[in-house]
Amino acid sequence: MAIEPRKPPSQFLLKLQRALGGRAGWGGFVLQLLFVAVLAWIAYEIVANARANLQAQRITAGFGFLQNTAGFDVSQNLIPYTGSDTYTRVFFVGLVNTLLVSVIGIFFATVIGFMVALGRLSPNWLLSRISGAYVELVRNLPILFQILFWYLAVLAALPSPRQSVSVFGMFFLNNRGLVIPRPIGNPGFEPFVVAVLVAIVAALVLWRYARRQLYQYGRMITIWPYLLGLLIGLPLVTSLIFGAPVTFEMPVLRGFNFAGGSRLIPEFVALTLALSTYTAAFIAEIVRAGILSVHKGQMEAGSSLGLHRGEVLRLIVIPQAMRVILPPLTNQYLNLTKNSSLAVAIGYPDLVSVFAGTTLSQTGQAIEIIGITMGVYLLISLVTSAIMSFYGWRISRSMG
Amino acid sequence: MKRVSLVLTLALAAGLSAQGASAQTLKTVKDRGMLSCGVSQGLPGFSSPDDKGNWTGLDVDVCRAIAAAIFNDGTKVKFVPLSAKDRFTALQSGEIDVLSRNTTWTLSRDTSLGANFTGVTYYDGQGFLVKKSLKVNSALELNSASVCVQTGTTTEQNLADYFKGNNMKYEVIAFASADETVKAYESGRCDVFTSDVSQLYAERLKLANPADHVVLPEVISKEPLGPMVRHGDDQWFDIVKWTLFAMVDAEELSVTQKNVDEMAKSDKPELKRAFGTDGNLGEQLGLTKDWFARIVKSVGNYGEAFDRNVGAGSKLGIARGLNNLWNKGGIQYAPPIR
Repeated sequence: MAIEPRKPPSQFLLKLQRALGGRAGWGGFVLQLLFVAVLAWIAYEIVANARANLQAQRITAGFGFLQNTAGFDVSQNLIPYTGSDTYTRVFFVGLVNTLLVSVIGIFFATVIGFMVALGRLSPNWLLSRISGAYVELVRNLPILFQILFWYLAVLAALPSPRQSVSVFGMFFLNNRGLVIPRPIGNPGFEPFVVAVLVAIVAALVLWRYARRQLYQYGRMITIWPYLLGLLIGLPLVTSLIFGAPVTFEMPVLRGFNFAGGSRLIPEFVALTLALSTYTAAFIAEIVRAGILSVHKGQMEAGSSLGLHRGEVLRLIVIPQAMRVILPPLTNQYLNLTKNSSLAVAIGYPDLVSVFAGTTLSQTGQAIEIIGITMGVYLLISLVTSAIMSFYGWRISRSMG
Repeated sequence: MKRVSLVLTLALAAGLSAQGASAQTLKTVKDRGMLSCGVSQGLPGFSSPDDKGNWTGLDVDVCRAIAAAIFNDGTKVKFVPLSAKDRFTALQSGEIDVLSRNTTWTLSRDTSLGANFTGVTYYDGQGFLVKKSLKVNSALELNSASVCVQTGTTTEQNLADYFKGNNMKYEVIAFASADETVKAYESGRCDVFTSDVSQLYAERLKLANPADHVVLPEVISKEPLGPMVRHGDDQWFDIVKWTLFAMVDAEELSVTQKNVDEMAKSDKPELKRAFGTDGNLGEQLGLTKDWFARIVKSVGNYGEAFDRNVGAGSKLGIARGLNNLWNKGGIQYAPPIR
């Protein structure tokens, strides 16, 4: 009698069971479904309850308010804005201000952080002690306190507009900010931009060519004179042909303030300064930890190849340290972005100040506005994380 | 600040049902044994705490009067200090029973916030405070000035309207709290501090040298300030409304904190109605017969409260002006108690 071989269970079903229910199998799957259903029911109850009660109390709800006229002004707007624009516009003005302070803050925090970390690891006793003192002092004081300190310190040190500190009669520093000449585009502006772009592309091509020559054939080519000639010469020639690309509108003291020119408001300066110095202290420690995590044999090997300390750090140690540095560094970038919402304390018009502040109290639509604002911060944080993950993926790929 | 908004908003989203549209505020307050009253974070004359944490001010007296009418004890009030931008959310979420925080009565606030204004405690208007050394005599000379303002107020919009209407340029810097606004003004960040005139006088007292600063003559807006309650509880709305009316009527009837016991024995029909010796008007409100006497005993009549907090008897020394009784040249007018 032939024995029928037992049919193996379908691989597909097995996999599905594992994926959905984990080790517990189908029972686990049912439990998970139940859990999700309960969560969904709670969420639904919250929304329905809030909606019913808002209606019962006749509190205006919905997003219609975004189309209404804002009717108030904002001190710093990178996109055109007047009081007769809508709340939607206010939202974007606030968002751009938040992004501006975050991006610039992240840049300076990274630069200062790396410098302080290298300083703290330096064999120079004085430098390493100063860097250590900086880290310990700055990271142990509350950030709101530091923002207020910079704001009031900066304001207190600066004169009134009529007694401005003037540099060459073009730059004016006073307690209303730094006033600088404003560039205004001329007919020669577009050819100039094209020339600069062409020069940059050509320089990049040249640089890659030189690198390939070095890596593949071991030939060193001196290219910097050509690069210099390209980057300076080409735009210069273009502006000689087409005329100056920009003229500058000079600031003039008129009435209480300067008219004309562009202005960097002190709120922005104080906030950027506070956020970047504060976050830099944390970044410095992260970078230091990352560098120390690389085995010291790597450093010694580099030195024995005849590289300078700087070259060893740049070419050997830091690329390996980046893998350790990157995740906590991302955290600090996210912290900086979120901390920028403290701007409201010194009157910098960020998203929380103009949208979750003024707009909220003018319209009274707290749930919608706080919801939107939280969503935006979440989105900014996720995008930042994604960029950093991508960077991390590239690093680990390049190191194999 | 952000955290407060967030907490209040979550409370609003999840916990609205607690208060909801049900007309239970009076019962809730009685059960709690305390009135929860939203006030400012410190505005001399209207609501400010002293070094022992005792609150005083015109807005505070309104809260105390309500508490006196309910509990016969003006001290049974929990004061909740609120920033301008958190105040409405606190009311909507049920965190406070009444908002008595120099809040301007406007149509949009009356309709879209799920709350009602119950009356006007102080007729105000927006003005400008500048340094004397600037030698400015009129708000029309403020072209190109930098202006400090508190965010979340009608002030910001009035300011935009005024400068636009007069074809003047300006720069606005908006701060979350009044203290930060004044600090920035004092440090020279702005040329002008704008707010309700009463507030300008109050804040000027906090400056290092008040005499160096002057309030410009222009008043650019109407700012009737009054208490607010939630929609949907008409009985509570009536109680808060008539507490203020009782204070104004008491002044008109010459009933003061001192003579209230004698006046209660009076034979005058309007006094008998007010004191509940004739009829039961207080009980119709959901209170007791002696509600009127309780209020006056606790905080005095409107005129007394005004003088003590913002008027001649206070540091502010603001003239009665519009806030005088209707028969004395002002516009404070309360319907009769009958």
